[in-house]
Amino acid sequence: MSETSSSLTLPDPSPRKTSFSGTLYRGNEGMWSWVLHRITGVAIYFFLLVHVLDTALIRVSPEAYNAVMATYKNPIMGLGEVVLVGAVVLHALNGLRIILVDVWPWATRNQRPLFWIVMGVVVVLMAYFVPNHLINVFSPMEGAE
Amino acid sequence: MSTTIENPNYAYPARSKRGPSFEKAGWIFMRASGVVLVVLIFGHLAYNLIWTPGGISAIDFGFVGGKLADPFWRWWDVTMLWLAILHGSNGMRTIVNDYVHKPRIRQIALGAIAVAAAILILLGTLITFTFDPCPPTADPSLLPSFCADL
Ligand code: HEM
Ligand code: HEM
Repeated sequence: MSETSSSLTLPDPSPRKTSFSGTLYRGNEGMWSWVLHRITGVAIYFFLLVHVLDTALIRVSPEAYNAVMATYKNPIMGLGEVVLVGAVVLHALNGLRIILVDVWPWATRNQRPLFWIVMGVVVVLMAYFVPNHLINVFSPMEGAE
Repeated sequence: MSTTIENPNYAYPARSKRGPSFEKAGWIFMRASGVVLVVLIFGHLAYNLIWTPGGISAIDFGFVGGKLADPFWRWWDVTMLWLAILHGSNGMRTIVNDYVHKPRIRQIALGAIAVAAAILILLGTLITFTFDPCPPTADPSLLPSFCADL
């Protein structure tokens, strides 16, 4: 807690190299992790606002609820659901990575490969989800609306 | 040209105070709720979209009625509702603090997030626990199959 009365004189910093790989943070995995986490978080938030309201229609009447759910059952919304689930999976797995990087020194040192592992698991989960979901969207069961 | 820094060795504490603080509680909450939400939301999506035959095309009043008649799913949904809204709202608070600098507008934005969170938590919790899967005046063909036995 000592205070000295001297002052430190520094030369002006030399201009930062602008090459893509020369930056410590910008353009690297850490930035993409942060940008994607923020965008997906906001997107899921606004979906959830609407989703709680549409679910609340079960308290109004069966007809009201079914009418709103019917608007979800078309190919355009089907693709929207794929994007939503992709955002949820990415935010969730990247969130787990952030938690590990915060609390576990090994993960802190390896945050960069961990980002690519997260992306790999997202691809695997979506490769399972997308075909299953699109079958339900494009060829709904007999009897179902 | 050069830059002069007065008192370069002046040391100041990184934390202004020790012990509990709202921001620290928020930081812990984002992580604790995140871990639980992975289970709840992945379970929600897997059950509703994949494991139920027909997935999205099978979701209607009868489907939800059948689910919410079971206390297990009622508690699942309400826990998911509270955690997701609180987690999402706290995350939105961080983002507003990052980008909105005019005090008046920031106050309005933060207020709107808080009001929306309160309303949705109240509404969602109420409908989940007061829901009647077999409303007496409704068209029986739209209701869960067990309503016929009542
Ligand atoms: C599925 C499980 C989830 C996990 C594991 C998770 C994890 C996390 C974590 C650890 C953070 C904190 C990041 C930080 O402090 O730097 C965070 C931020 C955030 N989360 Fe989630 N989350 C999940 C679900 C959700 C949901 C459902 C929503 C929306 C309702 C949401 C919206 C947000 C927002 C808006 C932020 C702030 C982003 C930022 O500050 O850049 N998250 N999430
Ligand atoms: C396309 C994807 C989704 C579909 C088709 C869907 C469908 C449903 C349905 C049918 C219900 C009624 C109750 C139940 O099934 O348990 C419900 C409730 C709920 N969903 Fe989803 N959901 C989806 C995605 C999500 C996501 C990503 C979240 C989290 C951010 C979420 C959070 C909730 C919550 C909190 C409730 C309970 C609401 C309440 O109790 O008022 N859902 N959802």
